Amino acid sequence: MKLNDIVMASDKAKGARPYFFDDPMSERVLNIAMAVATEVAVIRERLDTIERLLEAKGVLRQSEIEDFVPNDEQAEERQLWHARYVGRILRIVKQELDAVANPEDNKPMHQIADEINEM
Amino acid sequence: MGENKQNAIGYSLPPVWTKLKQHAVFPHFNHDERARYNFLTNLNRFLSAVIAPGVQTAYEQRVEPTFRAEHGRSFQNRHELRQAISRDAYYQLWAALRRCTMEMRQQNGRAVVLRQAEELAQRVEEILRGHEDILRLKPNFVVPAYLRHADNHLMPGSYHTEYFEGDVANAANYDSGLFVTSGGMLGSLTDGGGRAIAQWVRENYPDFKPKRILDVGCGLGHNTLPIAEAFPEAEVWAIDAGAPMLRYGAARAIALGIKNVRFVQMDAEDMSEFPDGYFDWVQTTMFLHETGGKAIHKIFKEIGRVLAPGGLTLHIEQPQYTPQMSYFEQFMRDWDAYYNAEPYWGHMHDLQPEDLMEEAGIPRANFMQVGVRAVNDLDKANGSQVREDYGRSPIWNVFGGWKPK
Repeated sequence: MKLNDIVMASDKAKGARPYFFDDPMSERVLNIAMAVATEVAVIRERLDTIERLLEAKGVLRQSEIEDFVPNDEQAEERQLWHARYVGRILRIVKQELDAVANPEDNKPMHQIADEINEM
Repeated sequence: MGENKQNAIGYSLPPVWTKLKQHAVFPHFNHDERARYNFLTNLNRFLSAVIAPGVQTAYEQRVEPTFRAEHGRSFQNRHELRQAISRDAYYQLWAALRRCTMEMRQQNGRAVVLRQAEELAQRVEEILRGHEDILRLKPNFVVPAYLRHADNHLMPGSYHTEYFEGDVANAANYDSGLFVTSGGMLGSLTDGGGRAIAQWVRENYPDFKPKRILDVGCGLGHNTLPIAEAFPEAEVWAIDAGAPMLRYGAARAIALGIKNVRFVQMDAEDMSEFPDGYFDWVQTTMFLHETGGKAIHKIFKEIGRVLAPGGLTLHIEQPQYTPQMSYFEQFMRDWDAYYNAEPYWGHMHDLQPEDLMEEAGIPRANFMQVGVRAVNDLDKANGSQVREDYGRSPIWNVFGGWKPK
């Protein structure tokens, strides 16, 4: 019999779950962050495996990775990637900034709805 | 990184998960699943080595002084202490992370075994073909109420749930994941407890030649097999309530070449199919704290009945709570009872083992109690770097005694 591992893997054990933080929401976010941290470690270990296999097959040496210095064009591409990456991660902070900077575009949606109803 | 080596920076690294022996029924882990367990093992090691000691510091520096200032006295029991420390921000962070690692370990392990549950069941069936005599399951077996009432150590479905006929998924999860929560300190077959007790008995009673040995609450036989191996002439019976554990355990024993153990589904409160005085040695290993407040007394009565005059009974557990143990230590040891779904743990450790042994027919004059440490083939320093982590470290209390002839 095939089991639905996607859903069943996360089955809850019997008994109410204790929350240790005063605000359970913080603890939920912590749990999600720790799961994501696990996946970063998994990617890191997989990359390490690839590097070691490439070295074993004589394709490249790990020291070449350590010593790699990008040329100007490569450096710009990378920095651009980093900037966009940071932008994605800090999306919510940037949007808070927009709200502070442009209060006229930060009206409650029910107010906008009422206003549009008159347009 | 093979062993618990103390390196130049003074931090003891756990062994990598691939040091676990991949016997024939062991579930298959792909690269990323192994990496996930390596991360979790390291997370647990870091939590116990670096983060957990801070809980005591927070307790000593602010939780206890604050309580004392408010009440004009210190704590009078571990329950009062638990309520006070639960408001401490550092304790909250440690506890939340510890709970989180337990849940992640279960989730990760289940994801591995559930996707291959069919193959695992088939493999077990194939290995058991021709060895049917070593496994006996009972179609109408009633799982004890205490087991059905909680999922011990947050393992959904506990030891007894079968997702289909012949299923062994939860046993495979247990076998492959205990390494993670124990930080690899139980050895390459997760059998450090069984190895320790077998070694201790042989060293201390070299003339003891048991003909029949009973392991009560054997699970998948992690700790039964080293005893069977150490006493190859003995007929070893391993009983448990969980069909998936017994099925997997029987196949695992065959895969590991151990031939003198038979696995039988049985409720330890009623071992009436064994005659009085049938066994020369009755063993339990980390089983009693997963029973129930009424059941435990019936179990000891039964152990006393099936134990032969002149026979030995031994029980590996965490230390009992005594008046000499600080409330802080009692609280930390009690943590699993409340927060790692080991609900009988606290009550069990309030019992006095001398009393339990008397119920099994061992007079106080014959009572004995010793500390043992896991025998771990992955740790060349034999646990010397291991620090006490209140119920997670492979350092146990063994109590028991000889039944009068």
